[in-house]
Amino acid sequence: MSDHDQIYSTKLQDKIERSTLLMFVLTAITVAIGGIVEIVPLFYLPNTAMCQNDPTCNGTTHKDLQGNAIPMDKIIWNPATSIHKTLDDWQPGDGVRPYKPLELAGRYVFIREGCFLCHSQMIRPFRDEKDRYGHYSIAEESMYDHTYQWGSKRTGPDIARVGGKYSDEWHRKHLKYPRDVVPESVMPNFFFLENAPVDAVKLTKTMKVMTQMPFNPVPKTIYTDAVIAGAAKEVEGKTEMDSVIAFLQSLGNHVKFEEGVNYRD
Amino acid sequence: MEATNATPVKYDMDVVRWFTIMAVIYAVVGTFIGVYVASELAWPFLNFDIPEITFGRLRPLHTNAVIFAFGGCVLMATGYYIVQRTCATKLWSNSLAWFTFIGWNLIIVSAVIALPLGLSQGKEYAELPWWCDIMIAIVWVSYGFNYFMTVGIRKTSHIYVSNFFTGGMIVMITYLHVVNSLAIPVDWATSYSIYSGVQDAMIQWWWGHNAVGFYLTGGFLGIMYYFIPKQAQRPIFSYRLSVLHFWTLSFGYVWLGAHHLQYTALPDWTGSLGAAISLAMIIPSWGGAMNGMMTLSGAWDKLRTDYILRFLVTAMAFYAMSTFDGPVMAIKSVNSLSHYTDWTVGHVHAGALGWMAMISFGALYHMVKKLWNTEMYSEKLVNIHFWVALIGATTYVVAMWVSGIMQGLMWRDYDEFGTLSYTFVESVSAMHPYYVMRAVGGAIFNLGTWIMLYNVVMTVRQANAVRGVNAVAAKA
Repeated sequence: MSDHDQIYSTKLQDKIERSTLLMFVLTAITVAIGGIVEIVPLFYLPNTAMCQNDPTCNGTTHKDLQGNAIPMDKIIWNPATSIHKTLDDWQPGDGVRPYKPLELAGRYVFIREGCFLCHSQMIRPFRDEKDRYGHYSIAEESMYDHTYQWGSKRTGPDIARVGGKYSDEWHRKHLKYPRDVVPESVMPNFFFLENAPVDAVKLTKTMKVMTQMPFNPVPKTIYTDAVIAGAAKEVEGKTEMDSVIAFLQSLGNHVKFEEGVNYRD
Repeated sequence: MEATNATPVKYDMDVVRWFTIMAVIYAVVGTFIGVYVASELAWPFLNFDIPEITFGRLRPLHTNAVIFAFGGCVLMATGYYIVQRTCATKLWSNSLAWFTFIGWNLIIVSAVIALPLGLSQGKEYAELPWWCDIMIAIVWVSYGFNYFMTVGIRKTSHIYVSNFFTGGMIVMITYLHVVNSLAIPVDWATSYSIYSGVQDAMIQWWWGHNAVGFYLTGGFLGIMYYFIPKQAQRPIFSYRLSVLHFWTLSFGYVWLGAHHLQYTALPDWTGSLGAAISLAMIIPSWGGAMNGMMTLSGAWDKLRTDYILRFLVTAMAFYAMSTFDGPVMAIKSVNSLSHYTDWTVGHVHAGALGWMAMISFGALYHMVKKLWNTEMYSEKLVNIHFWVALIGATTYVVAMWVSGIMQGLMWRDYDEFGTLSYTFVESVSAMHPYYVMRAVGGAIFNLGTWIMLYNVVMTVRQANAVRGVNAVAAKA
């Protein structure tokens, strides 16, 4: 070759340029570093809501205004220590809980219809977001959200704390024909959800899958065999519309936030 | 840089021809769907109460069509083209290349069926159902294997820098796709990510931003470093700079995903780290953009007559602009305004329409001429396409920049009583004119792709006709 001895760049690069293997290996290492540094610690550090088999969530401690640690079971619902022992008994403020069967079915519809493309579920710690949407979101609140739904765009408003803000009837009207309720809205009409029954078989399988997740699975003490077995009956006669409304009404009221407490460090 | 070979190599170019044609077709389809979804936001009646074409289901079809169908076919066409020419060898396996062609197009057909039916995993740019993910992994690894093996059997002593960019992209996309797509299926249609909340968010944006950084930038820089010197018929301005560009970009881009998650429930250090590296990335990006542009120094007059070169150089200008826009948006105080708004959409399209599509159009025109050994049916139409694309892209991007900043300002505005000045829906109705403007800009851009399709079809027909006549003449 005429250019055999020519060095076009540096000596090191020249070595790499002459070896396919070296090029492959060095490239493969170079592009891996950033991801490892940013992702792996999130599985081990506190304040990342990685709570499986560890009630302290990797040593997360939120402190109240007096500087005392807030017990994690005030943030994440633990049926063993809570006065409310089952999903049906759970009350807003008891702490983050997994979805009830009908809500989980609604979450499936929410993902299927691509709602997350326009509605975020992540309130940032700014004054205007607090006034508009409520307390900023914390990591624990989405710990059971397999396939997180924080979103990246607000073509419509954030819905992280939409639960309880509107009546079921308002949601039904709004989801069916949004412009009947909000004339300026650009949301599609979802009237067709009213005619579709909830898929109980899919729901039952989904609940089982949620307990099998390698990271932050739903504890089997919450999705007990009885709860999973009863799910089909619970959604009998319910439409997809009912399920989406149940899902929306469940958002954002799990944790009882104390004014002034920093939940971010 | 290429070795001067005594005996001409016979390349495997049939598969490249097919990828090229499909890329042109998907450019038309992908941007057309984009215009439609944009119009749905301007005029919601266009959802027509048909579930399959509502915005939430069509928008993923648009993104997947432009990224994977159009972008993917461009990358595979140029990848196979560049690797053979710079390595002075045929493909390691022509059959494996055909397998990737059929496989990739099957995936695209699956996406066209699956996404309107609502089969979505709920992750942006990774919506496709789990069995599609497996198909993508198989086809992608086949592409990568064939690529590296072809580099391995090269007849040249050195590996040209374009192959570094494409190779880096292949490795990184394999990492990203596999890690981000890990999910447990519920049934054939539905599956859920094995990660949740914070971890899932970080992994998703590690994927999301690097799909842009490697698939839509690294791969296309490989195109840039081959086609700009070729079209300008001048060596690259600085080869050393291109090598530096490659290693810094490959190392640095990976970190940027975290800037999508500033002020979220993710620990603050992650977003800040992402922001810091994002700012630093201006240096390699601008170095690369300058490198591409300076290749023309002393030959700028070519822009007057060479319309293909216009595409390639304008792409570099948009590349420089987007890689400035991006780091600015990654600054935390700017991000607090820009995040969740149309500014992001504007930024993405400055990159996608101005940089990625323009460099693709230039490369595709260049390849069509070489692959069919002919001149374009109409050089004039290439020029018209260029201006249409430029006007369309600019209209789109300006509309989204204005609407994005306006949205951000409206949301955080307080009146003299200390209450929010605007309800959310007031910001929605204020966006209407810009959504119309965006749809118009997109439609103009889409028109350009139709012009290209027509021109390419006529060129190929013309070339085949000439070849037919020659064949008959040869027989006689």
